[in-house]
Amino acid sequence: MGRMLPISSTWRVRDMGSPKLQGRHLLGLDGISKEDIVMILDTAKSFREVLDRPIKKVPPLQGKTIVNLFFESSTRTRISFELAERRLSADVVNFAASGSSVSKGETLKDTARNIEAMKIDMVVIRHSSPGSAHFLSRVVDANVINAGDGEHEHPTQALLDMYTLREKYGTLEGLRVCIVGDITHSRVARSNIFGLRTMGAEVSVCGPATLIPHDIEALGAKVYHRIEDIIPRVDALNVLRIQLERQQSGLFPSLREYHRYFGVTIDRISKAPKPITILHPGPINRDVEISADVADSEHSVILEQVTNGVAIRMAVLYLLGSTN
Amino acid sequence: MQVIDEDGIRRSVMRLAHEVVEKFRGAERIVLVGIRKRGDHLAARLARAIEEIEGKKIDVGFLDITLYRDDLRGRLDHPELKSTEILFNIDGKILILVDDVLYTGRTIRAALDALADIGRPSSIQLLVLIDRGHRELPIKADFVGKNLPTSSTQQIEVHLKEVDGEDAAYLIDLEGS
Repeated sequence: MGRMLPISSTWRVRDMGSPKLQGRHLLGLDGISKEDIVMILDTAKSFREVLDRPIKKVPPLQGKTIVNLFFESSTRTRISFELAERRLSADVVNFAASGSSVSKGETLKDTARNIEAMKIDMVVIRHSSPGSAHFLSRVVDANVINAGDGEHEHPTQALLDMYTLREKYGTLEGLRVCIVGDITHSRVARSNIFGLRTMGAEVSVCGPATLIPHDIEALGAKVYHRIEDIIPRVDALNVLRIQLERQQSGLFPSLREYHRYFGVTIDRISKAPKPITILHPGPINRDVEISADVADSEHSVILEQVTNGVAIRMAVLYLLGSTN
Repeated sequence: MQVIDEDGIRRSVMRLAHEVVEKFRGAERIVLVGIRKRGDHLAARLARAIEEIEGKKIDVGFLDITLYRDDLRGRLDHPELKSTEILFNIDGKILILVDDVLYTGRTIRAALDALADIGRPSSIQLLVLIDRGHRELPIKADFVGKNLPTSSTQQIEVHLKEVDGEDAAYLIDLEGS
């Protein structure tokens, strides 16, 4: 897949430096300013504290209605968004593509406009087509949040990855992060590269040549093809899920071989000069891209990522939704 | 116009600390929670004063009420979210809520809602450095440093060393309003 056309962000901070995001949508991290990212991460920190309270609910989105439009199956992202919405006291409607009018041939535009006619304030959309969130933001009045559009972007996942790393290291400036796995088909990789580069981190990617886009260096990421070469040079590895259907399409010979050459194992990471942090967007394939002992080790922050994900989504929903 | 100077604030804090321990006959079960972003520093000072009087450690927490404001929806700018840090159990405690200025009472209303989500103290008492009147809600302070009658075209600004580099309170006339 080639580099997508740059799409101008509709999320900008007002010039006066007031703590307000001018844009009405979160469509991707491409083009988002450092100040905006810092504001989201700082706001998420306040919400992270709410999650430890006996009553994990605050009122700022009271009276707002949010629809979760999931055209692609997802468990963790949908539950995470739904929890975030409910913890901000919003009313939540869920929509899954199967068993809906979509299976009767309705277009995205018609589905969206019909839902909007029911007076919805915000839409969270997951769709298999790149650009679907941008498209939606042009045809409806509601605030749109991209929860993953094809191989394009998954901004809230990258934000929660950055939040987790910033909590651990205090800053993202100069942090060395390598994304391991299928970079070509990964929206998580793209959003992470955009976000981490904006925050001043050093980003590299590592995987089989068949799974790395040839022009990825244009985004500012260095490319490695041997995991042994990158491990001594990084603070953190963000390990992507290897999708089984990629093997069926011939991009690598077998899962066993992938594990042998690119699997993140205790043996490999113990060769690093200092402890490496392991992130994974989930769901994990144990003993394919990551060995079970690493996933359960103290290196892994995989479950912290899940908790932080709710706080990040609360921050984004709050910043976009509480002012109109 | 300066209405309270550094010594005035120090004496008020000291007197308020004495009033609190007198009313509850000691500091047993007392915890302090200050509302950001000046009530928190006042609460910390009060706690030190009560600790001196009673020789007992006092828990202090800090409350950010942004998410509970009733004007959130109408505002153009997001007020900056600060963190709530109440790292102790408030259930069954005598909770002294601390703020610098009591005016319409809306901040206190928001703070009471926020506290209800955190726990259930046996009682909540309100302590303020300055009560300037003009309540819009049925709220009243239990401990007051200074009653200061004002008009609604005036503003009270409390400065504290921790935030502003000096201890003082000013009465400011807003022009043209």
